[in-house]
Amino acid sequence: MSLSAKDKSNVKAIWGKILPKSDAIGEQALSRMLVVYPQTKTYFTHFGDLSPGSAQVKKHGDTIMNKIDECVNHMDELVPFLSSLSELHATQLRVDPANFKILAHNLLVVVAAYLPNDFTPEVHLSVDKFLQQVALALSEKYR
Amino acid sequence: MVEWTDFERETIKSIFGKLDYDEVGLAALCRCLVVYPWTQRYFGNFGNLYNADAINANPMVAAHGKVVLNGLDKAVKNMDNIKGTYAELSVLHSEKLRVDPDNFRLLADCLTIVVAARMGADFTAEVQAAFQKFLAVVVSSLCRQYY
Repeated sequence: MSLSAKDKSNVKAIWGKILPKSDAIGEQALSRMLVVYPQTKTYFTHFGDLSPGSAQVKKHGDTIMNKIDECVNHMDELVPFLSSLSELHATQLRVDPANFKILAHNLLVVVAAYLPNDFTPEVHLSVDKFLQQVALALSEKYR
Repeated sequence: MVEWTDFERETIKSIFGKLDYDEVGLAALCRCLVVYPWTQRYFGNFGNLYNADAINANPMVAAHGKVVLNGLDKAVKNMDNIKGTYAELSVLHSEKLRVDPDNFRLLADCLTIVVAARMGADFTAEVQAAFQKFLAVVVSSLCRQYY
């Protein structure tokens, strides 16, 4: 399910609107994931405070969003771009790749809540495909 | 037996109480058919599903969206026995319609996103958790009669 030219332009367009709220959206998506899918908390036992609004969750939400923001500018070469991050996730973090889908879903929910008029079905489709490609690139080094 | 907290019960009733079933039914089904185009396989006789605009304007999609939301309403009104409420619907979907149960999850995700878009900041993480738990029970009940 590779990205068409239309997908890429849809993603770039909506990302232009996401960027100003990137921090809030990142934090929301991550903390939402921890509440709605509590099994994901198992990866963050070192965080101490996992409640919504916690400084560590906020910071990590920022980290993730900043990387995804960069991915928007590297849509044609996601696999090489994410190579070392994939290595990290595969060998050290060992996050089950199913969780990338879960985080992606929560990101979509938050984007829909913040930008209801812009997040049309076609844009949703493109962003979903993009996030899947990011997840795939992130899983590249797993086995 | 599914245990519901008071918060979960109130949240579900409140959300569905505010939804326009016609509008949300169409929005959710349309989104599902666009974002997951393979789901169109079940709607061969619906006519023009060629692109998002066509799907959104298709009266059969609108009618079916309404059917789905009214079906969900049954679960909202019988939260303590969703399994029993959906026994016949489950047989229908498995024996007659032969829908791959994975599609129920896809439609549930689309409905979640449609509701999030309408509720904005009111769709908090806790509200989302309650809503998704409800939909998970619905999906599980629909899958029960598959063999």
